[in-house]
Amino acid sequence: MNKISGIAASAGIAIARAFILEHPDYSVQKTQVNDTQAELDKLDDALQQSSVELEAIKERTLQELGEKKAEIFESHLLILNDPEFIDPVKSLITTESINASYALNEIANQFIAMFENMKSAYLQERAADMRDVSKRILKHLLGISQISPAEIAEETIVIAEDLTPSDTAQLNRKYVKGFTTNIGGRTSHSAIMARSLEIPAVVGTQNVLSQVTSGDLVIVDGLAGEVLINPSEEIVAEYRSKQQAYDQQIAEWKKLRDLPTLTKDNVQVELAANIGTPADVEGVLENGGEAVGLYRTEFLYMGRDKLPSENVQYNAYKTVLEKMSGKPVVVRTLDIGGDKELPYLEMPKEMNPFLGFRAIRLCLDRQDIFRVQLRALLRASVYGNLRIMFPMIATLGEFRAAKAVLLEEKEKLTSEGIAVSDNIQLGIMVEIPSTAVLADQFAKEVDFFSIGTNDLIQYTMAADRMNERVSYLYQPYNPSILRLIDMVIKAAHKQGKWVGMCGEMAGDEIAIPLLIGLGLDEFSMSASSILPARSLISKLSASDMIQLAEKALEQGTAEEVVELVKATVSK
Amino acid sequence: MQKTFKIVDEDGIHARPATALVNAATKFKTTEAFAESNGKKVTLKSILGVLSLGLEMGDTLVLITEGEEEEAALDKLQEVMIKEGLGELHE
Repeated sequence: MNKISGIAASAGIAIARAFILEHPDYSVQKTQVNDTQAELDKLDDALQQSSVELEAIKERTLQELGEKKAEIFESHLLILNDPEFIDPVKSLITTESINASYALNEIANQFIAMFENMKSAYLQERAADMRDVSKRILKHLLGISQISPAEIAEETIVIAEDLTPSDTAQLNRKYVKGFTTNIGGRTSHSAIMARSLEIPAVVGTQNVLSQVTSGDLVIVDGLAGEVLINPSEEIVAEYRSKQQAYDQQIAEWKKLRDLPTLTKDNVQVELAANIGTPADVEGVLENGGEAVGLYRTEFLYMGRDKLPSENVQYNAYKTVLEKMSGKPVVVRTLDIGGDKELPYLEMPKEMNPFLGFRAIRLCLDRQDIFRVQLRALLRASVYGNLRIMFPMIATLGEFRAAKAVLLEEKEKLTSEGIAVSDNIQLGIMVEIPSTAVLADQFAKEVDFFSIGTNDLIQYTMAADRMNERVSYLYQPYNPSILRLIDMVIKAAHKQGKWVGMCGEMAGDEIAIPLLIGLGLDEFSMSASSILPARSLISKLSASDMIQLAEKALEQGTAEEVVELVKATVSK
Repeated sequence: MQKTFKIVDEDGIHARPATALVNAATKFKTTEAFAESNGKKVTLKSILGVLSLGLEMGDTLVLITEGEEEEAALDKLQEVMIKEGLGELHE
């Protein structure tokens, strides 16, 4: 057996015989022609045939995969008719009296080189589109007849150097069980298409094409990013059961996507997602997220050379709120400083940046920055269910000051005649121990808490989470942390307020039973953790978890807590 | 006529919005449309031209229309810029 590693591009396991999809020889020769008009006619015919083909592929993709995936072929059609592309080909044919295929290849290569030399990775990948279109035209010019991937009619794994967008769109899901290629990455077209077709895929293997012969038995493990060639019967059996387990799990998770999050004894909690950009919302909805529990606005400020304008921010917030269509969106105001620097602010270096001038401390001092963000948020608030939270609050005074600035900006907007929602919940991150300890006082004034465990743990343990030598002190299950969380939840509930959590811990399978027991209301995690978490919670009984949490609070060490959870939950 | 925009889409101008711009410009047969950025001017009726500008977030883009329907064309292009979340009018 031979095993090759690549990039896991689309999850799942496929086992089938190999089908080698080799692209025909598209190399062209330069020939002098006498009748240039004949070459121009040939080119027109080839363009016409390509256009008919592309319309058909576009139509098929539209029906099977939806409008978004079909857009790429709309772009291909535009390239096909692009005067900047076709006119130079025609003039090359006429001025040099050469054959159409050579002229086309020459001009196409200029555009391919242009894209490959672009700064943006996205635009570099557009070279693939240019290649796809020019090959399609060349195919007709050269009279090549190729087995189209659409003609595959038995269960196969497709093996190729690379799959063009049109190859991938033509793969028949019924027969093509998986594919693997020599080149490509997680964001290449073929990978994106594979994920929407839900076909397991491993790309970027460098040499799979030379290792596999047509008809070999191949396993594509799109979970681990591995390809197994001619595996033994035992290995095949092992992968069949892995495949079954995975398919079962996916089916179970999918069923949960549009369901509320309920424990076995019908206690409901909310599963939300952490996002960084408006583009992340799609994943939240696909994974059944009930809210955005943390929108990290820092990304708006990073990777640029000056502060983002009010309008840039407004557009981003509005997009997220609209896409979530009325589901809650908790936006954290700027949390910069610490390990996240903005070079253009030219802040002095600090000895202890994590204990220094960051987040709300910076915003209350640099109100010119803070007010722009608040205005953008308030203006966007009418487009959905906006909640605002302030990061790194250490004292009630800081919260009051931040709230006062917010109210001032709201007042100003209202007097300018700009609509602002009147139902914006206002909360704080609980990530500093002083705030957790004084949660009962905060609870009287805030609408909600969101516990930021990553920082809460590092500040409680006095251990820098970037320092590997003290990383053993990063202990989410330490009873001291659990007791702080317990205090915060009890204090909030006493005032009728809700508590969320937006650190790593909220999606952790050991922590979830404890947090259910402690009475956490909202869990915010990476989108891909939502369905597994909903599945786990559906198997837990809240009343049992309350007892578990009570016992956990009385343990001495994190290890003891973990043992307790494992013993209770596996029962 | 011309209007200046600032690219606000964090991905710059991608194939999908570029397609929308080219489709909009092509509808106006009697009017020429151009895009100019970083000292390079291309026709807006070419997707390869638009992509060749390599626009990124923060870049300034000038859209120019010349001809019978220059006003309607520029309005339409502005609408696409805003609707696709590509850019905002430069103050």
